[in-house]
Parts: sequence; structure tokens; C-alpha cells
Amino acid sequence: MFGYALRRLILAIPLLIGITFISFLVIHLAPGEPVETTVGESSTQSDAKLRERLREIYGLDKPLHVQYWNWVTRLARLDFGRSFSPDARPVLQKIGERLPITLLLNIVELLIIVTLAIPIGVLSATRQYSTFDKITTVFVFVGFATPDFWLALMLMILFGVQLGWLPISGLRSPTWEYLAFWPQQWDFLAHLVLPILVATFGGLAGFSRYMRQSMLEVVRQDYIQSARAKGLPERVVIGKHALRNALLPIVTVLGLSLPGLIGGSVIVESIFAIPGMGQLMVQAVFERDYPVIMGNLVIVATLTLVANLIADLTYSLVDPRIRVAARRGRR
Amino acid sequence: MNRGDLLRLGGLLLLVVLAGCGSEADTVVDAGAGQGGGKPAYGDTYVEALQGNISGLIPNVLSDGPSFEVASLLYNGLVKYDKDLILKPELAESWQYSRDCLDLTFKLRRDVRWHDGQPFTAADVVFTYETMISPRTPTAYGSDFKSVDSVQAVDPYTVHVRYKHPTAKALQSWGIWMLPKHLLEEAAREGKLREAPQNRTNPVGTGPYLFKEWKSGEKVVLVANPNYFEGRPYISRVVYRIIPSSATTFLELKAKGVDGAKLTALQFKRQTEYPAFRKAYTKYQYAANVYVYLGLNLRDPRFADRRVRQAFAYAINKREIIEGVRLGLAREATGPYKPGTWQYNANVHQYPFDPAKARALLASAGWTATDSDGFLVKNGQRFKFDLLLAQGSDEGRKVSEIIQSSFKDLGVQVEIRVIEWAALLKDFIKKRNFEAVILAWGITPDPDQYDIWHSSKTSPDELNRIGYANAEVDDLLEKGRGTCVEAERKKYYDRLQEVLAEDQPIVFLYFRDGLPVVSSRVRGIVPAPIGINYNFNEWFVPLNLHRYTAG
Amino acid sequence: MRGFWRAFRRNRLALIGGIVVVVLVLLAVLAPGIAPWDPNRPDVRKILDGPSKLHPLGTDQIGRDVLSRMLYGARVSLAVGFVSVGIATLIGIILGALAGYHGGTIDAMVMRLVDLMLVFPRLFLLLAVLAFIRPSIWTIMAVIGLTGWMSVARLVRAEFLSLKEREFVLWSQSIGASSYRTIWRHILPNAIGPVLVAMTLGIPAAILTESGLSFLGLGVQPPHATWGNILNEGKDAIEIGWWLSAYPGLAILVTVLSYNLLGEGIRDALDPRLRQSIGRIVSRAR
Repeated sequence: MFGYALRRLILAIPLLIGITFISFLVIHLAPGEPVETTVGESSTQSDAKLRERLREIYGLDKPLHVQYWNWVTRLARLDFGRSFSPDARPVLQKIGERLPITLLLNIVELLIIVTLAIPIGVLSATRQYSTFDKITTVFVFVGFATPDFWLALMLMILFGVQLGWLPISGLRSPTWEYLAFWPQQWDFLAHLVLPILVATFGGLAGFSRYMRQSMLEVVRQDYIQSARAKGLPERVVIGKHALRNALLPIVTVLGLSLPGLIGGSVIVESIFAIPGMGQLMVQAVFERDYPVIMGNLVIVATLTLVANLIADLTYSLVDPRIRVAARRGRR
Repeated sequence: MNRGDLLRLGGLLLLVVLAGCGSEADTVVDAGAGQGGGKPAYGDTYVEALQGNISGLIPNVLSDGPSFEVASLLYNGLVKYDKDLILKPELAESWQYSRDCLDLTFKLRRDVRWHDGQPFTAADVVFTYETMISPRTPTAYGSDFKSVDSVQAVDPYTVHVRYKHPTAKALQSWGIWMLPKHLLEEAAREGKLREAPQNRTNPVGTGPYLFKEWKSGEKVVLVANPNYFEGRPYISRVVYRIIPSSATTFLELKAKGVDGAKLTALQFKRQTEYPAFRKAYTKYQYAANVYVYLGLNLRDPRFADRRVRQAFAYAINKREIIEGVRLGLAREATGPYKPGTWQYNANVHQYPFDPAKARALLASAGWTATDSDGFLVKNGQRFKFDLLLAQGSDEGRKVSEIIQSSFKDLGVQVEIRVIEWAALLKDFIKKRNFEAVILAWGITPDPDQYDIWHSSKTSPDELNRIGYANAEVDDLLEKGRGTCVEAERKKYYDRLQEVLAEDQPIVFLYFRDGLPVVSSRVRGIVPAPIGINYNFNEWFVPLNLHRYTAG
Repeated sequence: MRGFWRAFRRNRLALIGGIVVVVLVLLAVLAPGIAPWDPNRPDVRKILDGPSKLHPLGTDQIGRDVLSRMLYGARVSLAVGFVSVGIATLIGIILGALAGYHGGTIDAMVMRLVDLMLVFPRLFLLLAVLAFIRPSIWTIMAVIGLTGWMSVARLVRAEFLSLKEREFVLWSQSIGASSYRTIWRHILPNAIGPVLVAMTLGIPAAILTESGLSFLGLGVQPPHATWGNILNEGKDAIEIGWWLSAYPGLAILVTVLSYNLLGEGIRDALDPRLRQSIGRIVSRAR
């Protein structure tokens, strides 16, 4: 087990380097120069001198490979540079203050998706072609097909404006500081309901579909048939034997679906005015804030990598076969 | 908040993206219950929606609208524009000009203290000036002080400024936010104002509100300054909520999650007329200091011909554009000055919508033949050009789509190209590599527009982007800025407007209206030509209407 | 192949999906002929008029006919779907084939690249690229394509791994056919089924991605109408002009639905052995 974990970790190192490489490449493919926005349109000092100085500071006058090397060596010391926007704050600090809320949202979403998707998937698989299965199928496709921002607006209008049950956007009410402890927690939770609802909708659809598929595969297997033949009650056959085996691949899929979920934060955070990484990314993109964009890419990708690693290790814990297979070089 | 914008514009004539950030006032059409009476009372919280995150808390080194809006409650200048757009003393008690317009002396108020309790003195003024002109300071407003020869603190409450030559805009430039010397001296010396903690966690100004907290991307909270020199403001707490999506902002308004926001024309006209909204909010409407235009690159021989530009002016139905894009909430522009200001001249050549005249003018310029698709042709070339446009500008998009459609009727083919803002500036406008462009100018209360129209201002980083050159205009601009006597200036600017209207170096389209909305429980709002926010410290909520008890 | 058709035809839902897909493509192709109005002609006297005989789906914020814009928008939206998925498929097939056929170092490198691309949330990557490249129709297609090839590559590789041990491939190698020829003539045709499924599922995902980008202001730019940017324009008038968000929303829904039904139909009709590997793609499609 330890050997397997170590091997996975070592394999992650080239990926980590790859992440920095792709992040760097993506930004520097572009023809524009980042210095322009720092100088700013309204600046009368946008003369050659000031621009020259900025180029020097950011090392933009050096060849690309030198720039990359400088950047990576600074990354290794966790120095992501300073933002190009006028606040000139360290990128790591900017991302750091936005990371917790994005992580929180994504973890909660993941938990909800898993706890709902598994029973839905199992039920619709064991009752294939039943009314329940058909309803969930429709739900799944609607979930696939609904643009996030549109769903978000609809829910805001319904629950925020028409019914007035839930706050529309943001994380806390303007008077949050003056609330007692428990009302504060309640206020915070109420603000999270709609964004989480929107973000889980699409993921839930895909995941329950996959669960159904996986379950259908397993149910067809010989050992399930023989378990049934032995006269075990259906509840035990499905609940114990089938489910356990159907769940195995789910762990990997969970890890793989994480990037999609985090990517969804971009839209959810923008529309719900949640100060997370997605919102920061959009803002940085419009400001052409290179260091923040690169920092965001690197950190998001690294987090996904870590999540995948955890998923892999969990998988190998529950299913020893994987370790053997991995040793044979198959993934 | 307006003052922030005004000052920003005061620095120099600013090109703004058509995205909706204008906010100054001319007249107010809607005057509902919000201005009703009630007894002034201290307390309550005012929640305002901001479209973007602020980028810092020292506005002198920033350039974005949201930051200025917040800063306008934290800082003061020596002078400020009053509600009628006339310069009045603020941190200064009075000023005096010498007869030759070269010496300017400010007497400062003696009762002003920084938020940390230190007195505000002439040393701070000199410090702010030196910071602004320092090449190490990353500021956009240094050029305002280019013609200053020297600034001296005569005594702790007297500042003397000497100019190299008469400068019409001299007084206006002293609206710059004053910065505390005792806190920022070192940061300024090192050119690290943006990195200073005062830009991030504890700004110190002289303004009516004290800084409480800034949660990046979420909100900025200010509290009333009990020692403000004009008296403690009534509203005890201001929360700026950062909401990037305009659709979300509007839903928050409807659910009363915010007290104040800026509306789009569509929201103002079509989505806020129902009784519940009218009861909860008061809508205001002003002519903002922003006008939208069709810019033509005069280096292009087709556009160098004045008849072509005049033809375009006749071919564009401004009323239709105002109706279609702003639902009527804008005023036709006849030149670069806003109707209703002292410098505005109404007696200039007008261009009512007249396609026949437009066609005749084009014909006289040689555009007579048409090709099989019905487009005009000259020397075998179809009359066709690219119309550039900044990305993300809903308004600009609509304007260009309407122009495209009417020019098609005229026989001119317009291709719309939407380009990301920074790239539009850098790769096209600064390189003068464009045929036509839809943009907006933000204008100052002062009529000096030397930077935009003077023939010497055509290098890449300068603002005469269309390459306009007219000897008479050059002369008028020079004379207009070289004196501080208003009556004399008026003469020059009246003539300037006549020439510009005749020449149509750009096709002036419209001045858009600013459309703010404020909760009707807030009283004391007195709409004026400058807008509504100029007297924010006098706004109040009657005790029985307080919504937020805390604070 | 015949077995496939028989199985596919039995699946009524998939058949309906297929028919709708064909109808949508026809509508898009015929748009200039059937659109009742010029999609780009504004009429300020008709701002946000509701559905009527004249304008069956109403008008938009500057008085353009929504039906005509939807029809023209179908062309752009479907083109974005087809071309971007085409790009993704091409890259996926080439890399997947290389990896699966050669194995060894090449395989390891390609699979590392796939792993690498998969750890980037797609929307973050798209945004980063679009921040610096002008968002025209072509760049949007290219960028969506370049960030979506990984599942195809995995599929094709898996097919190759299992196919290259089969007799006919071994035979053609044994008689000295070049590896290029072996790939083209013998392995690829066998791998085409699952790739087709991946494509039918990728197209609606691309259309959705474009609408998300439109929401952020980085999608296909005007005056080109897409369902995504019509829907996005509708969001500012959602309460007074429901038709502006409802119809493009519905169009996206129907499209995604029918492509998914079609895809599932094709998958079900294929060799059941493939189901699991394709199942992974479904969950990755978003």
C-alpha cells in the first residue's frame, strides 16, 4: 500500500511541472502585452519611460524560457508574484482569501451530489424503465441542458423576489456583524442555499446517470445472478453485493468530475456575487491580470490533482486489485 | 461619489467604455416620495451596490469607478464642485488669484483633522502635490500639475501656488484628494503608495466617513465620522456590496437587499414602473457628462472629405438611436459640451435625419455608382468599412447595430468588429489602425478640450485619435485655456462649437442620462445638475423608517 | 453494422433524438430562406414586443425579430458545436491512436498529457485563453475544441489496446503492412463507434459552454446571434420579455436532449462491452 501511494506521488511530480508549463504557455501564447493595463488608459504617464520600467520589474523584456524559469523558481518558493491591478497585492494572498469559500462550496456540493446521486442511480437501475427511472431520466437531461446562469436567475426570482424566502446574492446580510452567533450561522447558510442548488443540479444529473450505468453493469454480472440463485433476498443482493461493486469506479469518477464542478464556480460565483476564486478569475481576465490568472490556473489545477490523488488512494484502499493492476502499468 | 468621477474626469478628458458609469446631473425628471420630509435623525445603514471590486483605498493612485465611489466619502480636496458645477472651497476656506492668473493662494480651514486625530495643515497639501508630480508615483493625474512652478506652505494654514503660465483649469486640479503626510511620506518616497497598508486596511482621510472593513469581492463598510468638519453625517453606516452582475443587482433591488444602485435604461423605463417599486424607491435622472460618438479616422481619404462626414451625420437618426438604445433616456449631442452648461452653444449647425441629403452629399463627394448589392462604389471600390467596438458594451453594440442598418440603406457597408477593450486601445486606436469606432468621451465641467482636438495631440499616446487638424480650432483652444476670465473663454468656446458642428470631425450622437435609484426611506436628497450624491453627508432616514437598527 | 441499425431503430427515443437533430440542422442550413425577417435589422418602434402574428417569437431589446435571430443563431450555435467537437475528435483520434498503437513511451507521454489536461477545470482554461485572444467565432470553436479532446483520446486508445491484439490486425502486420496503413485500414474503422458517441455528447456540451461564455461576455460576439447570446440578452429583461430567454433556452434544451438521446441510442446499439468506457464520457461531458 505504501509503495503504491509513493508511486502515485512520484507520478504526480511531472504533472505538477506540466501544470506550471501549461499555465505559463496559455498566457504567453497571446500576442498582447500585460504591461498595458497596469499603465492604464487614463494615465498620462503611459509614456515610454513608465512602461519601460514596468517591463523591467516584471521581466517581460527577457526571452520566454528565462521568464518561465524565473517564474517557476519563484513558484517553488510559493511566490506567485504581485497582482497587476492597482492594489499590487501578492497573488497568493488574493487567492488565499478567496479559496476557502470556493472550497467550502465545492465540498458541500460534492457531498450533496454523492448522497443524492447514489440512491437515485441505484433505484433507477434496479427499476429500469419504471416511472421513477423515466422521471429521473428526464431530470437528468434537463439538468444537462439547463445553462447555470439561467437556472440561477429563475431561482433568484422565485425564492428571492416572489416568495422572499431566501437572500438573492452575497454571503452575508449587511447587518451580519450585529447578529448573535446562531442567527449569524443561519444567515450564512441561507445565503448558500441557492448557489449550492444551482451548482449541484448539473452535477447531480451526470452523477446519478453514471451510478445507474455502473449499477446496471454490475447487476448483469454472474456473481449477482448466482447470489440471486442462492435465494438471497433482493435487498441483500442489491444493497450489499451489487452496490459495493458498483461504487468502486464511482470514486475515480468523483475525482475526475471535480474540475467540472470547480469550473462551474466561475458562473455561479459571478451571478451570486460570491467572492470566490471563480469570481477572482473572471475579474482577472477582464483586467488582464497575468499573475493572478496564472496563479489561479496553477492552484486550481494543483488542487484537482491532489483531489484525484486522494480519490486514487481511496480507491486502492477499497479495491486491492487496483494496486496490482497499477503495478502492471495500466491505468 | 459624483465628485469622485468629476475629479477623475477633471484630470484629463477621459475615454470611457460604453458600459455605464456616468453619474453627474443636469436635471431631475423623477422627483417622487424620496424627497419627502421627515425629521433628520442619526443612524441606519445605507446599502449601495457596486459593480466591481474596488482596487484600493488611496484613490490618487487608482483609476476605477468603484474605488472612486468609496474614496469620495473618505477623502476631501481643497476645492470641490458644488451642486451647480461651480467650484467651491472644501478643505480650503478661500482662495485668491493674482491679476495675471499666475499666483494662487489658498487659506485652509483650521478645524480639519485627519481620521487619526492629527490636524490637517499646509504641509499635507505640499506633500500631496509633491506626491502627485513624483515620477515614482503611479498616478494618472500628475499632468494636472504640469504648469505649476512651485507650491509653498507660507504658514501652517496658507498655501501659495505659482504657475508658469495662466492655466484655466488650475483651480479645478486642487480638487485632488489630500493625503496625510505623517502616514504616507515614506511610502510615497519609495513609490510604494499602492503597497502601503493605507491602500488596503486602514486608509486615513479627512472625509465624512471612516473606513471600517473591506472584504475583497464582497463588501466595503464605512462608518460615520463623528468629528467631520461639516458635522457628523446622519447615516451612520454605509455598506457597499460588490455585485458584478447587473441582473443580480436589479433582483437585489426588487428584494430590497440594496438601497441604492444605478439602473439601465430598460430597467428605468420598463421594469420599475409598478406601484410597489415606485413606493419603495425614488428614481432619478440626469444628463451625465458622457457622450457617445461615431469616430472616423480622418487619415482615411474617404473620411477626410468633410461632405462624407456630414452625410453620415444626416444619415444617422439620432432620435432612433436614443429611442432604441436608451429608450429615450438621453439627449442629442450637437457638440462636445453638455446642454445646460455655461459653455454650451445651441446655435450651431444641426443635422436632422435626412437620408436624401445624405445621399446628395455622398454623391457630391463622388459616390454615385452602385454595385449589384446596392452599395456605393467609387473608383471600383465599394464603400465599406469596419466599425470597431469595445467588448462587453451592451450599449455600444446596440448603437453600432442600428448604425449598420441605416448605413446599409444609404449604400454603405458596415462590418461590426467587437474587440476586447485593452486590445482595442493598444492594437487599433493607439496605432491609429482603425476606420471607424464607437466610443464615448467623459467630459469635465471645464470646457478645455485641448487634448482632444488640438492638431499637436496626435501621437500614439495622445487623445486626438482621429487625427483632426484645423488651424482655427487650434487657435481657439489655445486662447480658451490661456486665461482665467470666464466671459472671454465663453467667446472662444462658442466659436469652437460652431466650427466643430460644421466640420463633424466625429459624429456626435448623444449625452446619456445617469439613472440612479435610492430607497424612498432615505431623505435629504436634493437633485441638482451635478447629480444626487454631492450631499451624501446630509442624507438621513427619519427615525420611524430606520430599517437597520444597529450602529 | 446491420445489427447496429436494428438495435438502434428499436430505441424509439433515440430515433426521435436523431430526427430532431436532423431537423435542427436543416433549419440552420435553410435559415436564410425561411427566416421571416432580417435578423440584424433593428426597429425601435418594436422594442420587446411580445409574440404576435408578425413576430411569432416576439422581438428583442432593439426590436429585431427573435424567430429570425434564433434561426440564424442555430447556424452559429450548431457550427460551434460541430467544429469544436470536430477539432477535439481529430486531436483525440490522432493522439489516442498514437498512444494505443505504439504503446510504451509514446503511450505514457500521451496519457500524461491527458491526465494533465484533465486537472484543469475547463472553464478556467477557456477564460485564461480568451482573456488574451479576440473572441471571434473561430477562436471560440478552436479553444473549446482544444480543451475537449481528452476523452476521445482515452477512448480511441482503449479501443486500440484491445483491437491490436486481434487476429486481423496481427495478420496485416505479419504480411508487412506499414503501421500507418494498419491504423487507417484496420483499427480506426473499428474504433469509430464509441468516437461517434463521444461526438454526439460533446456537441451539446460545446453549445452549453458557449452560452456560459456569452453570460460572462466572452462568447461569440455580435452581430452574430447564437442561442447563448440571445439567452444572455434575455436575462436583463427576464420579467418583461420572457420570450427572449424562454425560446433560446428551450432550443438549447431540445438540442442537448436530442443529442443525448441520440448518443445513448448509439451507445446502447453498440457492443455492450463498450458501455462502461463510454459511460465515463457522459459524466465528463459537462
